[in-house]
Amino acid sequence: MNLGGSQAVKSMSVTSSSVSRKSGDGVSDQFPVGLRVLVVDDDPTCLRILEKMLKNCLYEVTKCNRAELALNYLRENKNGYDIVISDVHMPDMDGFKLLEHVGLEMDLPVIMMSADDSKKVVMKGITHGAVDYLIKPVRIEALKNIWQHVVRKKKDEYKGKDYEQTGSVEDGEQHQKPPEDSEYSSSANEGSWKNPKKRKDEEDEAEERDDTSTLKKPRVVWSVELHQQFVTAVNHLGLDKAVPKKILELMNVPGLTRENVASHLQKYRLYLRRLSGVSQHQSGLNNAFMGPTDATFGPISSLNGLDIQALAASGQLPPQSLATIQAAALGRANKSPVPVPLVDQRNLFSFENPKLRFGEDSQQLNNNSKQINLLHGIPTNMEPKQLATLRQSAQSFGNLNMQLHSQPSQSGSILTQMSQPQSRTPILNEINCSHVSTLPSSLGQPILSQALPSSVLPRNGIENVRGGTYGSVSQPSSAIDFSVNPGTEFPGNSFPLMSNSGIPILTSKGMIQEEVNSEMKVPRGFLPNYDTFDELNQNRSQDWGMQNVGSTFDVSQHSNLQGSLGVSPSILVQQGFSSNHKSEQSRNASVSKAAFSVGDGRIGNSSSPGQQVNSSTADISQRIKAERLPNMGFQNTFFPEQFGQDDLMSALLKQQEGTGAVESEFGFDGYQLDNLPV
Amino acid sequence: MEGNHFQRQAAYTRKTLFDQGYLDEQFIQLEDLQDDANPNFVEEVVKLFYTDSARLIRNIDLALADNSSHFDFEKLDDIMHQFKGSSSSIGANKIKKECTQFQEYCNAGNLEGCIRTFQQVKQEHATLKRKLESYFQLTRQDR
Repeated sequence: MNLGGSQAVKSMSVTSSSVSRKSGDGVSDQFPVGLRVLVVDDDPTCLRILEKMLKNCLYEVTKCNRAELALNYLRENKNGYDIVISDVHMPDMDGFKLLEHVGLEMDLPVIMMSADDSKKVVMKGITHGAVDYLIKPVRIEALKNIWQHVVRKKKDEYKGKDYEQTGSVEDGEQHQKPPEDSEYSSSANEGSWKNPKKRKDEEDEAEERDDTSTLKKPRVVWSVELHQQFVTAVNHLGLDKAVPKKILELMNVPGLTRENVASHLQKYRLYLRRLSGVSQHQSGLNNAFMGPTDATFGPISSLNGLDIQALAASGQLPPQSLATIQAAALGRANKSPVPVPLVDQRNLFSFENPKLRFGEDSQQLNNNSKQINLLHGIPTNMEPKQLATLRQSAQSFGNLNMQLHSQPSQSGSILTQMSQPQSRTPILNEINCSHVSTLPSSLGQPILSQALPSSVLPRNGIENVRGGTYGSVSQPSSAIDFSVNPGTEFPGNSFPLMSNSGIPILTSKGMIQEEVNSEMKVPRGFLPNYDTFDELNQNRSQDWGMQNVGSTFDVSQHSNLQGSLGVSPSILVQQGFSSNHKSEQSRNASVSKAAFSVGDGRIGNSSSPGQQVNSSTADISQRIKAERLPNMGFQNTFFPEQFGQDDLMSALLKQQEGTGAVESEFGFDGYQLDNLPV
Repeated sequence: MEGNHFQRQAAYTRKTLFDQGYLDEQFIQLEDLQDDANPNFVEEVVKLFYTDSARLIRNIDLALADNSSHFDFEKLDDIMHQFKGSSSSIGANKIKKECTQFQEYCNAGNLEGCIRTFQQVKQEHATLKRKLESYFQLTRQDR
């Protein structure tokens, strides 16, 4: 009877010993009771002991002696587990491999265990993303606290890190509501702290964007300021010595976790590498990034490849992908100005997508995606609010975009403009940039080419945004991105990320020194883009600028490589935006959606999203529309992914018609579609 | 009264096992897990260990007997790593120590040392089994 009652309520695994889960009432009080743990160890003795210990902690335990089996359990029941504990040495599969899979596919916290306590192995666990490493024999005390990893992860996902953005903050706060309350009642909250993937599937969630915040934002939003703080800290420590812990300390931002910083740092590094690599030689970049998915990107043009690699390397839509994309986009300015922007966005967000996309019509995608990515990527990071802002800015950019086409030289000005916005939120810029860069990977080239034509845009857009200081085309990449952003009002600017990152990267790389400088300024601008995705949507041109900023950032990189890209990057960006703009909302929405959805599922894992992204544009657009991309929460995760740019683009284009709504859906939707001044 | 006698015996035996270093703190962890729902938990786990470890010991013996020109120390170390992890999980202190010694020889590529040490490992393994069996008998008498 009580079982029946509780079951009715929870219907979760009844088997669990945790009562609270079932009833769903007082779950929060009882947390972490009922934590659903999957423990994997080939040693039956250890397994039995662990099982008993976990049960004694009042957790709901599922034991498994084979990694493959564990993965099956996880896959079959996506939301059935909260945390995984796995041994390192297992006969059928290396524990680290399992760790990677879980991280990518399910995005669950994984704790590694081993009798081996050598630093090397422990370090390996850390680098592979384990949230903790326990030395055997494991004591029950060590297991009592594993719930912290679950909470932390949820918190990071939900809470927006955009401290300065009100919007994001709100969202963040809402999300913050920890899962404690809800989570255990799996049935209850689906979403709240269930995997982002779930979110992705739930289209409606996107619509709740405004109120959502609770569930939607899976990622921390790296606002311009936050990013700037991050960059400052990194520069202070020296890129080589910058470790998440120290960075975290230097940043001294409440609520920011080491993990957030670590993943951001990873992306940032990739982005930097990408930038430097791009300038040196595209191929070099590809190698540089060599990420695990190297192969995937291989075929793609160097630019693209680079981007993709960056993306791949990041492993999770890290900003790097954005940078890559941006770079790629920049480099590609030559391509037709296709409304790539949409695509880009997707790419940005979906880390995986870029990879996938690459394979597909790389050219097209690249072009499209690049542009889009650049733009998109940026917004994704931003929270919906930001997107809105971006959107608005994008609108202004949109104008630019249009014009850009006609005047390639504009790009330069864009850059300049971008630099202006820098002040905005350097952090954002960086983030954006990084994201953008990722985009370029997929778009890489196309974007650049497109960018060129869109130089006009930037100019216009930028001007609107800022005043159109495109003058400095030469540096377009960096400058453009930034300049664009600044012009717009990126409130939230997540874009600036791009610029920020771009700048530092450039400087360090030395390649784009100039750009860097200009970018430095720009980043600010970018950030706003990101953050103000929404805004952008509204200001098309603005967004565009923002996006461009981010993208240009990368693009410029590429352009530098390419040599005369200068203009292109900006153009690309703009183009992307403009095109996006056109389709605007619809596109943005779709793009963002795609991005998000992709990213959603994966935030950080991007493995599957990519595939999804590949789905036809139609799908994407539909998806995008449907899902409003919950607060660009995807922030980092999304960027790397490149949604089938082409798809996105087309989808976006289709949606152009007045899809204002789309924008709102995505939170950043404004950004994507609207922003692009078509 | 009888119960008390066995209880005392059991307690004494247990204390000796700890004092003589056969068992370590991890064994206490197991004991702490034992409760009314699982009154024989410790014995159950120890049994599980001895069943599984027999397999591992066999594998190590086979590996040690390998006469091929290139002796695979890595594989040997790998199996031993598993065995050691298992032993330490039940608090088998002496066995664990011998395992560590074995691994040192293994890392040094000293097959002779490995073979010798493994003899020790097997001996400790058997000794502990005996002692724990009689210990559990005492505790069972108690109930």
